[in-house]
Amino acid sequence: MGLQSFIAERKKDKDLLVMAHVVCGYPSFEDNLKELEIMAEAGVDIVELQFPFSEPSADGPLFVEANEQSLKSGTTVDQCFELMAEVSARFPFKVLMMGYYNTAFKMGEDVFIQRLKAAGGVGFILPDLPIEEAGNLHKLAAEAEIEPVILMTPTSSDKRLAQLGAASRGMVYAVARKGVTGSKTNMGDDVVALIERCRKHTDVPIGVGFGISDKQDMDFLRGHADMAIIGTAALKTWQQSGADGLRAFFKDLMA
Amino acid sequence: MDIFDFSDGREGYYGEYGGVFLPEILHATIEELLECFRECKADPKFWQEYVALLQNYSGRPTPLTHLENLSRELGGAQIYVKRDDLNHTGSHKVNNVMGQGLLTQRLGKKRVIAETGAGQHGFATATMAAKFGFDCKIYMGAVDVARQRPNVFWMENLGAEVIAVEDGQKTLKDAVNECMRDWVTNMADTHYILGTACGPHPFPEMVSWFQSIIGLEAREQIIKQAGRLPDRVFACVGGGSNAMGLFQGFIDEPNIELIGCEAGGEGVGSYMHSARLAYDDASVGVAQGYKTYFLQNDEGNMNETHSVAAGLDYIGVNPIFSHLHDTGRVRFEAATDTEVKETLKLTMRSEGLIPALESTHGFVVALKEAATMKKDEIVLVNMSGRGDKDIFTIADALDDAKWKAFIGGKADQYRAEKK
Repeated sequence: MGLQSFIAERKKDKDLLVMAHVVCGYPSFEDNLKELEIMAEAGVDIVELQFPFSEPSADGPLFVEANEQSLKSGTTVDQCFELMAEVSARFPFKVLMMGYYNTAFKMGEDVFIQRLKAAGGVGFILPDLPIEEAGNLHKLAAEAEIEPVILMTPTSSDKRLAQLGAASRGMVYAVARKGVTGSKTNMGDDVVALIERCRKHTDVPIGVGFGISDKQDMDFLRGHADMAIIGTAALKTWQQSGADGLRAFFKDLMA
Repeated sequence: MDIFDFSDGREGYYGEYGGVFLPEILHATIEELLECFRECKADPKFWQEYVALLQNYSGRPTPLTHLENLSRELGGAQIYVKRDDLNHTGSHKVNNVMGQGLLTQRLGKKRVIAETGAGQHGFATATMAAKFGFDCKIYMGAVDVARQRPNVFWMENLGAEVIAVEDGQKTLKDAVNECMRDWVTNMADTHYILGTACGPHPFPEMVSWFQSIIGLEAREQIIKQAGRLPDRVFACVGGGSNAMGLFQGFIDEPNIELIGCEAGGEGVGSYMHSARLAYDDASVGVAQGYKTYFLQNDEGNMNETHSVAAGLDYIGVNPIFSHLHDTGRVRFEAATDTEVKETLKLTMRSEGLIPALESTHGFVVALKEAATMKKDEIVLVNMSGRGDKDIFTIADALDDAKWKAFIGGKADQYRAEKK
């Protein structure tokens, strides 16, 4: 089942889905599995597995550190795909690859899509690959029924949103605010207005990310977005209070 | 040949290199910048204003110096040096910075950010920001802050805030990432003054355009002073802005050889260098907003780089050079740390010139080749920056005992004052 139909299926029982994030190999692959198990138990719908990159220029401090430490401990692309294969087989959530374009470029776009498919991934998020540069990769993805997740942002003009909308498949990632990952977003009219503008230009479901950290944010997004995307907040919780903390975090978030 | 005359659908590409690989949130900002740059480039008044600013503020045109002693001692080609070290703030960086400052005014932005390696670009940016009344934040790798304190001192005293970047390798590439992070947050009022001909389109074209003033002047000067055009033209290549600047004056002359001189660090096979094109260790990749040759591993993660010159210590090279390397129009060579130190001693003693460690890389290759050439041949080398600002690094590199004693004495004095 592809990303879009999976989201439609899950939305039958839930009004707001949750996407969570782990950086492969940080703090370790063992910890990744523990985190993912907690996410599965909590009913997380989609997980993005970030393949670490040495120049994560769109990420905030916590993920920068996570990327760096993961690479320092020797994480390889092979290990990331192995993790992906293991978790897609084991857990009910769907898995996306998240990372930077160079990872895909270096192995070759066709190899990237084949390996993603073989590991059970349903899509990918490459924040530094604009649609102008993504033609071939998106074509290869479509042939393999893998869906590229396109980002729409508060600085996107209507003209730009129309171009992005035309290229969107599976789901759209609406970036709630300017900046990098990790700092708090003030959930308000701006976010609602952004989601409404995005909806005008695409028919695929919309997830909202950047700065989503608690139940209050979830309540705010309910009725507007299809999915809340949780990144830094979960990693911070894991670092501060481990498995029990993360369990409580998702329990509260998804109550 | 106009390398900036892009074919349809390939704007910003030089062969297969270049492009724009940025987060979607910056799409509108880059469009706005591109539009403004196109207007400036098409407006002869903008260029006139730019040249006048550099004449009145930075001492342009910078002179051309014939190295009579070294030419005689080496017994080969006549060596001429373009003196961009004589700019205000001590390097060619000020050309690009003043140009982008004027452009920032046109954009109506009030705040500028910049990355810096050796500190020369940061220093020039802080100077420009003070003159134009912009808020200014400079990102600099913590390692570079430690090795280039004098530039940090000046930046801070000129009113800029200097952030020591603690991520990654803590050098130039990490400062670039940090600028990107600032820019995706503050693009509404902030222009990113990228310091070299790297990064996403239109930066390679824009920085090259501002730096082309070096080549325009040098071409006229060498015809006047030497009576003809040079046979070979040399410049150091970090990102490649000073070399792009000088080479543009000669690129349309097929008989003039252009030689880019990269940082060979500890040499071939050491993996402790920053030679992307001269050695075989780099491969094509996409990072920091553009596609070019990067020093990276098989999985696309960047390798550690090294050079005695902080300003050349960088993973990538400007995409125009990757293309001109493929076409063979520019030849790339590397100078090692050791060669740089030896050549610096030579230029100081023989000519009274103190090139920056970065620029000295160009001298190493130029002097080596000049010695093998005929007396009636001419080589031109760019002295993109002056070395006296590098006094701490050069004193270290030359292992100067009297300097060490002096610094030791200063340290004792500061410690005593603290008590």
